[in-house]
Amino acid sequence: MTHIEMTVNGDKRSDEVEPRLLLVHYLREVLGLRAANVGCDTTSCGACTVLLDGESVKSCTVLAVQASGHEVTTTEGLSGDGELHPVQAAFRQNHGLQCGFCTPGMVMAAVGLLAENPHPTEAEVREGLEGNFCRCTGYHNIIRAVLAAADTEQGQANAEVSA
Amino acid sequence: MIPAQFDYVAAESATHALGLLAQHGDDAKLLAGGHSLLPMMKLRLAQPEVLIDIGGLTELAGVSVDGEALVIGATTRHADLAASDLVRAEAPLLAYAASQVGDPQIRHRGTIGGSLSHADPAADLPMALVALGGSVELLGPGGSRTVSADDFFLGFFETAMQPDELLTAIRIPRRPGVPWGYQKFVRRANDWAIVGVAAVDGRIALANMGPKPLRATAAEEALAAGASAAEAAQHAAEGTSPGEDIHADREYRRHLAKVLTRRALEHETA
Amino acid sequence: MSILGTRVLRTEDPKFLTTGGVYTEDVVDERLAGACHVFFVRSPIAHARINSVDVSAALEAPGVVAVYTGADLADLAPIPPSAAGLISTEMVQRLLATDKVRFVGDAVAAVVTEHPYQGEDAMELVAVDYDPLPAVLGYDPSDDSLLFEAAGTNVAGYWGDASQLNPDLFDGCEVVVSETIINQRVAPAPMETRGSAAVWGDDGRLTTWIPNQGAQGTKAEMAKLLGIDESLVRVITPDVGGAFGAKFGADPEHVVVAWIARHLGRPARWTETRYENLIAMTHGRAQQHTVTIGGSRDGDVQAYRLEIVQDAGAYPRIGAVLPMLTILMTTGPYDIPKAESVAKVVVTNTTPIGAYRGAGRPEATAALERAIDLFAAEIGADPADVRRRNLLAPFTEPHRTAFGALYDTGDYAAALDRALAAAGYAGLREEQAKRRASGDIRQLGIGVASYVEITGMGDGEGTPPQENATVEVHPDGTATILTGTSPHGQGHATAWAMIASEELGIPVDKITLKWGDTDLIPEGGGTGGSRSLQQGGAAVQQAAQELLEVARLRAAAELEANAVDLVFDKTRSAFNVAGDPEASVPLTRLAENERLLIRTVFSQPGATFPFGTHVAVVEVDTETGKTTLQRVITVDDAGTILNPLLAEGQRHGGIGQGAAQAFLEEVVYDDDGNPLTASFADYPFVSATEMPSFELADMATPTSYNPLGAKGIGEAGSIGSTPAVQNAVVDAVAHLGVRHIDMPVTSRRVWQALQAAGSEH
Repeated sequence: MTHIEMTVNGDKRSDEVEPRLLLVHYLREVLGLRAANVGCDTTSCGACTVLLDGESVKSCTVLAVQASGHEVTTTEGLSGDGELHPVQAAFRQNHGLQCGFCTPGMVMAAVGLLAENPHPTEAEVREGLEGNFCRCTGYHNIIRAVLAAADTEQGQANAEVSA
Repeated sequence: MIPAQFDYVAAESATHALGLLAQHGDDAKLLAGGHSLLPMMKLRLAQPEVLIDIGGLTELAGVSVDGEALVIGATTRHADLAASDLVRAEAPLLAYAASQVGDPQIRHRGTIGGSLSHADPAADLPMALVALGGSVELLGPGGSRTVSADDFFLGFFETAMQPDELLTAIRIPRRPGVPWGYQKFVRRANDWAIVGVAAVDGRIALANMGPKPLRATAAEEALAAGASAAEAAQHAAEGTSPGEDIHADREYRRHLAKVLTRRALEHETA
Repeated sequence: MSILGTRVLRTEDPKFLTTGGVYTEDVVDERLAGACHVFFVRSPIAHARINSVDVSAALEAPGVVAVYTGADLADLAPIPPSAAGLISTEMVQRLLATDKVRFVGDAVAAVVTEHPYQGEDAMELVAVDYDPLPAVLGYDPSDDSLLFEAAGTNVAGYWGDASQLNPDLFDGCEVVVSETIINQRVAPAPMETRGSAAVWGDDGRLTTWIPNQGAQGTKAEMAKLLGIDESLVRVITPDVGGAFGAKFGADPEHVVVAWIARHLGRPARWTETRYENLIAMTHGRAQQHTVTIGGSRDGDVQAYRLEIVQDAGAYPRIGAVLPMLTILMTTGPYDIPKAESVAKVVVTNTTPIGAYRGAGRPEATAALERAIDLFAAEIGADPADVRRRNLLAPFTEPHRTAFGALYDTGDYAAALDRALAAAGYAGLREEQAKRRASGDIRQLGIGVASYVEITGMGDGEGTPPQENATVEVHPDGTATILTGTSPHGQGHATAWAMIASEELGIPVDKITLKWGDTDLIPEGGGTGGSRSLQQGGAAVQQAAQELLEVARLRAAAELEANAVDLVFDKTRSAFNVAGDPEASVPLTRLAENERLLIRTVFSQPGATFPFGTHVAVVEVDTETGKTTLQRVITVDDAGTILNPLLAEGQRHGGIGQGAAQAFLEEVVYDDDGNPLTASFADYPFVSATEMPSFELADMATPTSYNPLGAKGIGEAGSIGSTPAVQNAVVDAVAHLGVRHIDMPVTSRRVWQALQAAGSEH
């Protein structure tokens, strides 16, 4: 067993784990954070996407031991004070989810995308989500949600600046 | 879909990593981004008994200039390479190739050293290295050595790296302002190339036209002899040994190599 | 102001967006404490006899609780073929293979471990000795190697009688065109794989959590396959991460997991890997079509024949029956004087075929729409014009086709014209002509597909299609609905709440929907075949209305007035004496002394028939053959729309899957029956980069079959888009001599078609 320490959604965690324990299983089975899902075996689908030090990663292809010493953010930790994060709110507003299985990973990938590219074009959003599969929505409303969230965040940033 | 059991050690330095490699030999594999190795381990196609994690070694990351060469640390992530102003200025083909690997999440983790030592003939960075005429620096018990791209890739997932060596850095000739082209023909966005072509400065490299990234030497020679892009591209498939799979048969791959080489020589990216 | 027809945001979403849905693998329940984990050892060979299964090494592995083989389950009956009687009864599927394996993925043993990570380690140690047999593949499998020796053939059955086909059907046709086309095998690939959890109580009852599309049907199958009375089975449906037709009923694995839980006397859980999902969850489509179409030179289609071969895979499941629906929809929206259709069902050493979004109807449309385009090309006419000329005239009274389908309402030409207008069809043809004239490397293709499809068809055994609902109003101002439907992304919690809210005046966010627990809701038809709104939603409306009548009587007593003198004011959710608003009683008050609930069953006269037209615009790179899907414009008329937000989402999803089948997705086997597309790296599951944003045009021709005026919309998108995209790609290179390309129209196929047509590029 290997000792690991990391911060997950702002909380410090420390555990003993098997080296082969995947980060996604650490989050789900050890920490009980089950929003991130496992959807494939080949690092293709992105349903397990979380943020590692603010960057989107596929937690099925990160060992828990590799994340030791770092910060992890999941959808459970995105919203504060009962308010949805702008990306979560935009997904709801735009019907960007149906069965919801891809959604936590999609949301975290979108948050990561907008952090790096606050004003993406539609093409950039589609490419930015190439690692996240959805079977239900045909992607149409997911793209609209991310573009709307980009507007919202920009709107919010503007509001803060001008206040 | 989960790896077989293994022991894990976080290396504290490059030297420490070398010592561990020497100690464990074939039983050990290096882990940096893990996005070539871990997918294979999850499918149990690779079952190392020990993983030596060098992902935390900041000494092995970063981009700098050393005379006529761009020097890139082996554990530099694809995303950082793609976004680096320095790389985009001095070796834009490399920055673009890094931006094409997998998807954003993969690019946040995968490293250039990992990708090159994995040596997938269909991958972006091995092809880019060959096109750019770069080289890799290998550190072993006996010291450091440099191997050129043309000599580094030996075959299907096989390189000139010894089991007791660590890839520490990549050197790329600086070519600011030199036109380049890149073509990655895929069925779907985050696939490996069905056929890939990278061209710069009279050099043309092909992905997935053989067991390793190949130089399209016949096309290069035609170009050097004054042929147009279209004429030179007609020779792109000569000397290649493309495989057959669900995406393409040999004939289609050869055809694609010619079309994509012409487009790369015309400095188009796709 | 009615809430019906408005874009109400989903009440489900906050949970899914934050803590996430609770799918079967996520379920935390004290009854499942101490659960063991089940892993299936599956055949790596397509066709073989099993000589022996040696589990001794596996039993020694860390954490292994037990290992079971087919011999351990000998007292359980195998799964019979679907439609026994029409389909050979010899073709049964054992829960764990005993003497033979018949497809790569056929389960041979079950390994049970304490911890999930131990399962894969132990599975590798199960040693199976196989005696390989020749693999049977394709649409014309020989009988040299038989999957089921006792059947004596690899033909599982027939639909219709090929000997009754009329050899003179095309007499008098000036033009006759024929082609054999493939509607290829695809993987439903919902994002959530299959799984289950099972535990037996001290009372001898099984409680099992299974992601499914209809708990009541699943319960019946579980009971039957376990050989116990239905009263001993409780099925609970957690959140389901997509299904698309492939999560109906009970799969062998669900039964084995339950059996293991009983045998070990402890809870058992199973989660499928994606590899298993891509080889052992039922596949979709896999029909070969020989289409023959004949007519006059000026464009009248006079005769059409469709000969179907259904590859049912190794065991005849739902897939073996689907050709019945394909035949039913043979002539689609067209008025074709003479038409006939027959099907043959074969078994092969591949994954069994099940339902997949559209389930038999996309196949009919795809064949017919390709045939129409072939006919149009033969006579040199515009494919849209040929369609308009041959579509059935608009009708408001039900129209019966020669194949026995009773279309309720339809205006097919209006749908066609609206779609063409929205697409800017004339302008597209101009652009195409320009590029053809200039020999542009990137050619434009425009594809049209008109369709009608059958939704809400009932169980096909004579009872009119129906669904039940229970609505209860609580004293605290909330309400609960119990439904027999089974949502897995469609948004019924919001939609049924809208319907109840409209009747009862209770806000949507105070209404809770429950489904999928057979102890709570013993009867129900589930969600599939696009039935839910027209029958399940109508049942909710009916229940709410009936509840108000009960409430009215209570209000009359309360207000000491005559019931007929009372009005129900929805805005206040209260009864008052007509003309005297002060004399009122809130609806919720009437639930205080005695429960206020109604259970009702809504019956519909028959199935309904949504229809539409899809137009696809593609750009084909004639040097590489690569297709870029630029636009998809659709009209999907499903009658009155309850919630446009949800309806659009259903259309988008269907278009995405339908388009993906046309130009991207395919399950591929090699000549030995080894699957080559058994991961998401190899199976080209479509990503956001391959899709454009879609353009949806509105059209609503209500049905009179239910008070909501609603037909089904869930599958329409995948029915129209597939042939529209395929036709578009062929159209892009038709001027270069190409008349047909099979799906998926990959870049390689397009390039090969160009080579064959003699165009050197």
